[in-house]
Amino acid sequence: MAKLQISMTVNGKPVEALTEPRTLLIHFLREELNLTGPHIGCDTTHCGACTVDLDNKSVKSCTLFAVQANGAEIRTIEGMAAADGTLHALQEGFREMHGLQCGFCTPGMIMRAYRLLQENPSPTDDEIRFGISGNLCRCTGYQNIVKAIQYAAAKLAGVPIQEAAE
Amino acid sequence: MIPGSFAYHRPKSLEDAVHLLADLGEEARALAGGHSLIPMMKLRLAAPEHLVDLAGIGDLKGVREEGGDIVIGAMTTQHELVHSALLGTKIPILSEASLLIADPQVRYMGTIGGNVANGDPGNDMPAVMLCLGATYHVVGKGGERRVAAREFYEGAYFTALEPGEILTSIRISVPAAGHGYAYEKLKRKIGDYATAAAAVVLTMNADKVASCSIGLTNVAETPLLAEEAAKILTGSSLDAAAVKKAVAAAEAITSPASDNRGPARYRTKMAGVMLARALSRARLRARA
Repeated sequence: MAKLQISMTVNGKPVEALTEPRTLLIHFLREELNLTGPHIGCDTTHCGACTVDLDNKSVKSCTLFAVQANGAEIRTIEGMAAADGTLHALQEGFREMHGLQCGFCTPGMIMRAYRLLQENPSPTDDEIRFGISGNLCRCTGYQNIVKAIQYAAAKLAGVPIQEAAE
Repeated sequence: MIPGSFAYHRPKSLEDAVHLLADLGEEARALAGGHSLIPMMKLRLAAPEHLVDLAGIGDLKGVREEGGDIVIGAMTTQHELVHSALLGTKIPILSEASLLIADPQVRYMGTIGGNVANGDPGNDMPAVMLCLGATYHVVGKGGERRVAAREFYEGAYFTALEPGEILTSIRISVPAAGHGYAYEKLKRKIGDYATAAAAVVLTMNADKVASCSIGLTNVAETPLLAEEAAKILTGSSLDAAAVKKAVAAAEAITSPASDNRGPARYRTKMAGVMLARALSRARLRARA
């Protein structure tokens, strides 16, 4: 099938490429752009490991064709830290609060949490749990993921951080 | 998993989309949010040769008021339904039901048009549409026609939609101010389809039910309108005896499959439990 020309902005940089219509966004990001932060977990729209931010929405990039993202603005985990390497508050939170063990779900968790905090800057624990219900973690039991997101919310709001990781 | 090859089309107008679908014939599918179709394509259970993406058509989006009706564009996402202030005031059962669909990421992409037009008995919105007496606007090469939601569903994945037609919007008469409503859904986990679910809209006059409408999800090949149950409750005070009789009447019209969500008998009983809970919550919300 003929390839199509697509262009989008990924982590602030303009990207142009030729792609087959059937290429999924996750494959485009990982294989064309070498952005291997977004992971392929279940490949069936359940686990959320492939979550990226697309035009101010959290999307599962395994369930979207790259051609659908033509013209879109995309952010992946690679676009979270500052240019000088300073971690984003969410990345710092996941490190400080032990929000990961194997780390496979983390890029998707952080990208989902990023949009959640954009929409709700001071969520309750329950709102966080509901907000990340499209992301599965098989290691942590979520306790420290919730704390990591609370850490980031507090840091972004300029509130002193108190609670320790378990 | 990689889907089969297809040609991608992104028309800018409804007219172009309708022409494309008509000209390309049976091998073409309309693409809305894609969260039912793309998983099917990845499993190669669907292999359309052409996808006609409706995302570029601006007039298919948004919620607006028109006379006494609410009109919802087919490409409006579940996320937008959850957050629509207009729906929150006028038809809050739609926001409540939207929030019970799938998970946050899926709700950003999944559309109401796809949800009602796909004909999947597991989808939540069809039963809510039966309950609300919604009308679907459908456009094909021959022009527009209107189909009542209550006449739309013919079997699992079989609807009144003809090949080449696009469901463009949904029209709903705003329920009376002060109506009570609830959508109760039993599911094994977030993201799951309903084991059974019930939608209720009712109005009260003093302590009596003045009107009542009930839809049931995923307990038959199509969504169900529980007319007999609603008739039993109308004029009652929602007393235990009336509710018991209505629940039995609703259970009697179900014919669920036995699957991973449980044996058929269990799912029928759960439809009854969901109905009883929805009735009691709707009653609490209703203002006489």
